Amino acid sequence: MSAAVATLRRSPLLAVACGIVVFQVAVALLAPWLGFQDPFAQVVANRLKGPNATNLLGTDQLGRDVLARIVWGYRTSLFTCTISVGIALVIGGTIGILSAYLGGWWDRITMRLMDVVFAFPILLLAIGVIAVLGPNAWSAAIAIAVVYTPIFARLLRGPALVICESEYVAGARAVGAGGARIVLSHILPNLVSIVLVQTSLLLSAAILVEASLSFLGLGAQPPTPSLGLMLSEGRNFLRLAPWPGIFAGLAILFLSFGFNLLGDALRDTLDPRLRAAS
Amino acid sequence: MRTRFLLGRVLDLALVLLGVSFIVFSMIRLVPGDAVQIMLGANTEITPERVAELRARVGLDQPLLVQYWDWLSGAARLDFGTSIWTGRPVSAEIAAAMWPTLELTLLATLVGAGLSIPIGAFMARARGSGAEVAVRVGAIAGLTIPSFWLGILSILVVTSAFPGLSVLGYVPFTEDPLGNLQRMVLPVIALSLPMLANLSRLVRSAMLDAMGQDYVRTARAKGASARRVTYVHALRNALIPYVTSVGVAVGYMLGGAIVVEQVFAIPGLGRLVLGAISERNYPLVQATILVMTASFVFVNFAVDLLYAVLDPRVRR
Repeated sequence: MSAAVATLRRSPLLAVACGIVVFQVAVALLAPWLGFQDPFAQVVANRLKGPNATNLLGTDQLGRDVLARIVWGYRTSLFTCTISVGIALVIGGTIGILSAYLGGWWDRITMRLMDVVFAFPILLLAIGVIAVLGPNAWSAAIAIAVVYTPIFARLLRGPALVICESEYVAGARAVGAGGARIVLSHILPNLVSIVLVQTSLLLSAAILVEASLSFLGLGAQPPTPSLGLMLSEGRNFLRLAPWPGIFAGLAILFLSFGFNLLGDALRDTLDPRLRAAS
Repeated sequence: MRTRFLLGRVLDLALVLLGVSFIVFSMIRLVPGDAVQIMLGANTEITPERVAELRARVGLDQPLLVQYWDWLSGAARLDFGTSIWTGRPVSAEIAAAMWPTLELTLLATLVGAGLSIPIGAFMARARGSGAEVAVRVGAIAGLTIPSFWLGILSILVVTSAFPGLSVLGYVPFTEDPLGNLQRMVLPVIALSLPMLANLSRLVRSAMLDAMGQDYVRTARAKGASARRVTYVHALRNALIPYVTSVGVAVGYMLGGAIVVEQVFAIPGLGRLVLGAISERNYPLVQATILVMTASFVFVNFAVDLLYAVLDPRVRR
């Protein structure tokens, strides 16, 4: 714990990034207990109001509180993206590490398969998955998981390969360590920093993909509070009341920016080469 | 270029295209439930005759391998059958929607890739200065600004400032060149910004890498000017990773174009595929995804070859 504090003190950028991410995640998690208004409650007389004392960020076309819908939209977005990126990390990571460890035909065939999935533009593949499963929040989560699985596989295979060929793995083999032991206690721990960095950066990208999908009407469906959906609904009332659209977009930007900055700062802090240089 | 290298790349290309086509082909078979009933149900009343008729028309009553062969050989001749609801050939619908997307993607790629070199080179040269830090933070923001939000905001700002200006929709360049370009400005900005941000960061780090190399020190030692060292010696070598990233970025562009088209009401491939999804027109969805993905694959093939031209070490 004290080591973490010392690291944060050494890197102000990392501290700022952690602050932004922790704040947003905490607000999303604790939303029901923080006294926000009901994100589903429609007050028709109060439609499309600008920011005011009762509705800090104004109201949308159905008179719902924009601030509450943004906070609940964070929950939708973070929930979808954490699950899907988590699944992609576990499946893709396993494929990448096994490919590096086993090598040979297994490696060649799985990496070829990953190449094929890679050949699709990311958003297009996600749209294809949703076309098959039907547009809803779960399809969007599965689509993001499918898209990010080969990315994790490729990202982790390279470093895992380097570790597999390192002297300490050869040493472990020489003293009779089994395959499971080598993977679990030698390869995995050495991949922790790259996993942290990449998960953070890919979460940032996944948040944008999720927002794009729900903006296109392919993700969460009304009346679920969703940032992308708020933007596409707000677009119809833009001249009349730009606030819901502007705030929803800012929220997406802030969320994605936080994770991107965190990934960037983590890379600077964890990368031994960069650390030696500074 | 070595024949063997070229042959290997062509073989890779064929394998990837085959794999892509199989995945796209499988889509309609992976639909939970009966795809034919879902297609009909989304548009008309379901009767046994209609089900049988549509099933035969889409070819779903054939053995799987026969279906795949028919579909693949059709696709190779750009024959994707007739669209289920309009009765027009799918290839004609795609061809009509292709031009706006092509123009949008091409212009955005030119702007994003073109501007990223001077901006990245500037960041590398002015490292640590206040201006450079500002540009760097701007680059991270550019990466994380949702392009559809940027598009919506730009529409809001521009239409309030110039109420008479038409910024939505699409007119073909051949009909009204000025009107065409005028409507393209905002979508191109919205679409190219993330690419610009990404590529200029890449140029920056590649240049910083190159500036530390021996050949740059040699160039300096023999008295080349700072400008010449930056733009000739360092930049040329920094371009090698850059070319690959431009190829990858085209994939993001094609995806981003779908979203940006929706924002600016441009009748391109994105609108086509979204419309097809909402009416459950699976053959049209498949054909559009296949065409877009295949063009992305070909772009990357070209990039691979270009890469080998730039970097002789790859050709082995």
